Amino acid sequence: MSDVLEVRDLCLRFRGYSGMSEVLHGISLNVRAGERVALVGESGSGKSVTARIVLGLLQELPSAQVEGGLFFEGEDLNRLSRRQWQALRGTSISMIFQDPTSSLNPVFTIGTQFAEVLRRRDPKLSREAADERAGTLLQSVSIHDHARVLGAYPFQLSGGMNQRVVIAMALANHPSLLIADEPGTALDVTVQAQTLKLMHELVERSGTAVLFISHNLGVVREFADRVFVIYRGRIVEQGPTPAIFEDPGHAYTRALMAAVPRITGGGLPELNDSESAFLDPMVVHEGGKA
Amino acid sequence: MSAVLRLLSRRLGISLIVLVGVSMLIFGIARVIPGDPARIALGPNATEEQVANLREALHLNDPVVVQYGYFVADLLQGDLGVSLYTNRPVTLDIAQFLPATLELVLFAGVLMVGIGLPLGMWSARYRGRWPDHLIRVVSLLGVSAPSFVWAVILMLLFAFFLPIFPIAGRITDSFEITRVTGFLLVDTLLAGNGAAFADALWHIFLPAFALAVSGIGQAARLTRANMVETYDRPYVEMAQAYGFSARRIAAKYAFKPSLIPSLTIIGLDFAAMLGNAFLVEAVFAWPGLSRYGVAVILRKDLNAIIGTVLIISATFLIVNLIVDLLIAFLNPRIRHSERGAS
Repeated sequence: MSDVLEVRDLCLRFRGYSGMSEVLHGISLNVRAGERVALVGESGSGKSVTARIVLGLLQELPSAQVEGGLFFEGEDLNRLSRRQWQALRGTSISMIFQDPTSSLNPVFTIGTQFAEVLRRRDPKLSREAADERAGTLLQSVSIHDHARVLGAYPFQLSGGMNQRVVIAMALANHPSLLIADEPGTALDVTVQAQTLKLMHELVERSGTAVLFISHNLGVVREFADRVFVIYRGRIVEQGPTPAIFEDPGHAYTRALMAAVPRITGGGLPELNDSESAFLDPMVVHEGGKA
Repeated sequence: MSAVLRLLSRRLGISLIVLVGVSMLIFGIARVIPGDPARIALGPNATEEQVANLREALHLNDPVVVQYGYFVADLLQGDLGVSLYTNRPVTLDIAQFLPATLELVLFAGVLMVGIGLPLGMWSARYRGRWPDHLIRVVSLLGVSAPSFVWAVILMLLFAFFLPIFPIAGRITDSFEITRVTGFLLVDTLLAGNGAAFADALWHIFLPAFALAVSGIGQAARLTRANMVETYDRPYVEMAQAYGFSARRIAAKYAFKPSLIPSLTIIGLDFAAMLGNAFLVEAVFAWPGLSRYGVAVILRKDLNAIIGTVLIISATFLIVNLIVDLLIAFLNPRIRHSERGAS
């Protein structure tokens, strides 16, 4: 299978007051067509910046310095002009953010925002046609009173409802890659589970590849085909989900798994912030590297 | 829309209370100004008897509370009394002078919003880069000097050294325009006289700009500050992730949420221009309420003083009311809230 996304030896440095600081130390990962790949790590490990680099957003910061190969559907993203890169966003690549309610604009109705998203693909789309398409899309995320939702402002809807709206928006233009940056982390667990299940079904049906960014191993295990574990800007372990969960090879992956509190009790696990073994070389499981 | 109606009725009620308070305050203050209004009005050659008669006619011998009662009774019939300075009803005087002032202030308000908001928007869009630095320096400059200083500077630069604009007045005297609204920009258009309209526009531009300069600076600074904050919000990042152009994000997604907090202050600035207009009018010999206002205060023309202050206060309150409604219109949280605005 061909790669939808390939990231090769990606480095990221920030220019700060105390000189350059390197955040990503050459990470490589790939997402194949229709595949769901998780990028797992703790806060500050470099998960979210990776997503923003793929979208080309971080490159617009004057203080950020990005190096490394980025290929989308075989095309070298680094050779695209800013305008061409921008044209990919919202059409071929889309993104879902952590908190659905705050990622929708508070002063425009859902309908207005949905129409704007649909016009990314189809600039001449009329508002009526946009509302109709949005209605169909909202039905696919199990929102049945779509007329009310389209006329509502985000603050009038529940978090779970907004999450469904955001998922529908993200898939509206049939992207070949969806980047989901800790989706639903801001929601409560049951709503998060429902919406993730919904998203799972939809991407499976449409064959959309997903780069799923998360710190939640339980969710990752359910959702992803393959996993990349990232720690301090390095990929420390990669492989198919079952292989990693059955036999975590790297000290950090083991620590990450031990960090999940058990429902059977036993108190919160004891963990060190860092350990020299966390910096061990990368562990690659069979079938992990394309 | 009932939330908006509730907001409107509540604000109208509050405005009325404020107006009553202002009328009492100015009624008291006007009577504390030293000098006998009757004596000043009649001049040094009038006899004691004439002065006493006038004092009696003006109820000046009654207690202040009783005088206020007479004033309110007249006011309820739309009568603000007769000016001792012009010998005409005060309402007539105000109707003659107020439109010129209002026209100046409204035009300045249009300049403030029309220049200040886009400047702030550009500044925020290019935050940290040179257009931002330039706009910030310019708007700081605008805020730093009072409007009458700008009036003098602009007049020297663009009417005296570089005679691009006229030095004084509202319109070249040779144009004869029938007064309909008292707003020359409107009346000239109603008369279909394009040349006179251009002339009036040419006259109003410099004083209105002088009046607006600090407001422009303030509006630009506020808009920038609020927008820079908005740019850090997730919904702006989402707009970027969906590939909307930087221009569209600035003009729509980041601008509208930022406008709501700016608008209250811009409304206050706008109302404050009513006060500043007095000084700018003096510099540009603008035939507005200011000359009248100063003249009646110096003559202790009680009715005219109170009338002028009341009208200015009422205008101030109306402007604030309009701004509140505008905010309610822009902010869906107020428009759709069940309990009305807090």
